[in-house]
Amino acid sequence: MLGEPDGSEHDLHPEELLRGDHETAQEPLLPELLKKRLLVITGKGGVGKSTVTAGLALLASDLGKRVLVVEVDAKGDIASKFEHPPVGFVPVEVHPNVSVLAMDTEASLREYLRLNLRIPVVGRIGPIARVFDFVATAAPGVKEVLTIGKIAWEVRESIAGRAPWDLVIVDAAATGHVVAQLGAPDAIKDLVSVGPIRSQTEWMTDLLADPAITALNVVTTPEEMPVSETIDLVARARSELDVPLGAVFVNRVLPELFTRAEESAFEALSGEAVRSQLESELGLDLSDGVESVLSGARLAVTMRRSRAEHLSDLRAAVDLPMLYLPYLFTRSHGVRETRVVADALSAEFGL
Amino acid sequence: MTAGSLDGVVASKEILIVCGSGGVGKTSIAAAIALGAASRVGGKVLVITIDPAKQLASALGLEEIGNSESRVPDSAFKEAGLTPRGELWVAMLDMKESWDSLVLRHAPDAETASKILNNSLYDNITSRFVQSHDYIAMERLFEIHATGTYDLIVIDTPPTRNALDFLEAPHRMAEFFGGRLLRWLTAPYRAGGGRGARLVNFASKPFYQVADRILGTQFLQDIAEFFLNFQSMYDGFVARAQVVERLLHDRRTTFLVVTTLESAPLREAEIFCGELTKREFPCGALITNKTLPESFTAEAGAEAGAALIANAHRLAEVLAETGVEALADSAIDERVLRTVGESFGNFSVVAAREAELRVELQAWIEGELVNVPSLDADIHDLSGLAEIADHLFT
Ligand SMILES: Nc1ncnc2c1ncn2[C@@H]1O[C@H](COP(=O)(O)OP(=O)(O)OP(=O)(O)O)[C@@H](O)[C@H]1O
Ligand SMILES: [Mg+2]
Repeated sequence: MLGEPDGSEHDLHPEELLRGDHETAQEPLLPELLKKRLLVITGKGGVGKSTVTAGLALLASDLGKRVLVVEVDAKGDIASKFEHPPVGFVPVEVHPNVSVLAMDTEASLREYLRLNLRIPVVGRIGPIARVFDFVATAAPGVKEVLTIGKIAWEVRESIAGRAPWDLVIVDAAATGHVVAQLGAPDAIKDLVSVGPIRSQTEWMTDLLADPAITALNVVTTPEEMPVSETIDLVARARSELDVPLGAVFVNRVLPELFTRAEESAFEALSGEAVRSQLESELGLDLSDGVESVLSGARLAVTMRRSRAEHLSDLRAAVDLPMLYLPYLFTRSHGVRETRVVADALSAEFGL
Repeated sequence: MTAGSLDGVVASKEILIVCGSGGVGKTSIAAAIALGAASRVGGKVLVITIDPAKQLASALGLEEIGNSESRVPDSAFKEAGLTPRGELWVAMLDMKESWDSLVLRHAPDAETASKILNNSLYDNITSRFVQSHDYIAMERLFEIHATGTYDLIVIDTPPTRNALDFLEAPHRMAEFFGGRLLRWLTAPYRAGGGRGARLVNFASKPFYQVADRILGTQFLQDIAEFFLNFQSMYDGFVARAQVVERLLHDRRTTFLVVTTLESAPLREAEIFCGELTKREFPCGALITNKTLPESFTAEAGAEAGAALIANAHRLAEVLAETGVEALADSAIDERVLRTVGESFGNFSVVAAREAELRVELQAWIEGELVNVPSLDADIHDLSGLAEIADHLFT
């Protein structure tokens, strides 16, 4: 598994010991995650939420599940990770058994009005939506509830057998906003003492709080800011939300290059005498190159090490199962990379 | 490629606005620019930061001070082995505090101010209204610049989803308070009828029917009351937004755009630079951060890496005979040689892509193109910032 020495003859690095114990304890928990009906994926901007979401969707479809991905920020990233053009509010199958829907609060409002209030909305609801948008700016939870409402509705319908999904995965808002989003149904309840919207939110709260159905997951990278945001988010989610937490996905983990014995050998290589011998064996014209290659490896080692420290902070502060995804040394990010992520996830899940 | 620098920008400008999408390292870059200016050029330099990483905050002594400006002591410079020529000052932007003082300044009377501050919607609006953080950042900038205390002010911008929000903040703010929507929404609650009453009759009816069924009348009334009070600050806000906007266009101001060479932040940076030009804002530099060292793209390195892998077995036998204890096991040596060569290959794929991107950027960027490579460790003290500054200045 990633970041771990590949055999018993290797000594363990101190940073490797970090993973050890959790591993066996959490093992049975993980496939449980794939049995849920709703996985919400959040994390700091740019850490790889969309990458992980796409990889999870692909893995779930490999396992025979029909998946709906809801892209909350509607940037078209999920579709592009399947090399498919951007999609809209109506789900489109971008890969066998993987459908994607881009969130659109106006469309959601229209659907809400039609389904819940039996107000037929013909054509554009432009002006109403704009005012609603405006009210939503002011009123906590109004806009969010449209987002969460649509998601929860798809999940509820699928459980009832009226929608074709086995699993709904949400490429959610970044950490800063996701608490407000998931807490929206509750926030509305506090603000609005009577009225239809209040009763409308109750079932959403129940669905989000059910550990058999829902899990909130965080993506991070082993860097300072993403790790501290993850720690904050987990704490906030526990104190402010009634939504069960799932796992932490640690993305862009650099490979561990050396075991301890190998590292001593590597250090010895950089010694003046040894290096010049190496260079003369290879031919003189490569001497600059040898130096670049060795310093490149040194950088890789130090980068990994400083990241390992952030990981140990994360593990000390957060007691959730952790899944590790490798740094992808590629130029582009399409279906092939999504496949790599799905396979890495599969290995991490112990499948 | 000739590396650009910020020497010229720092010498000729008074306000540097550091922009870019989240996670690219804006805060560290902003602090490093200020440090570089204070230690190289001199004068009084202020950096206004937003949301700094904990270690950086403590390095700058920011934990206790909050919204007001404080000076980084010379002793901190000495500890980092630096000799300051000028003074480095830091301030952190506290959104809540800034909003409160804004309300106190613009509200027509104390009673209205306290009505606004105590309305349950107030916190929510001020913390969630999309442009409010940007607006506050600029307000603060204007305020401090107007005192004339500093020779150079470097401002870190809030982590917006879209860097453009920052440019539009003053305008949007004015529009928000003066907008027809707001009038329309509050119309039925305004005292005295008149035009407002007529508006209710023909325009807002369908909306109120729907909104009433969704939200309930009481809630709508709360919102309207809040906005009515808020609207009383309209004139103050609009006038202020205009001067703030003028400051952004001032010749003494320039924008510095920070990005990594990853596709998403880079795409955003390109769009942002385009918008700057379109709106006639000056772009002083594009700073590419956290890039891989150029040595990864060296031809010789690629050759050597491949040769190490191809000859790993033979070389390992030679190394095992050198008498160096750590190299005695040729199987280990062979693995190390292969790993070293492979690792170089991995990173050079990414580095080659980065190099191409930088050439493309060079072709269209207006200002300087400055590169800051990925540092080995995180930035947690002034010497870390000084290391960044070394790449920013010549
Ligand atoms: N494991 C990885 N190795 C290398 N690059 C990666 C990895 N994961 C993601 N990336 C790259 O990082 C960038 C950001 O990834 P992604 O779009 O998944 O992030 P995100 O969290 O969804 O971002 P946003 O907050 O902007 O929606 C992309 O260019 C992606 O290709
Ligand atoms: Mg995304």
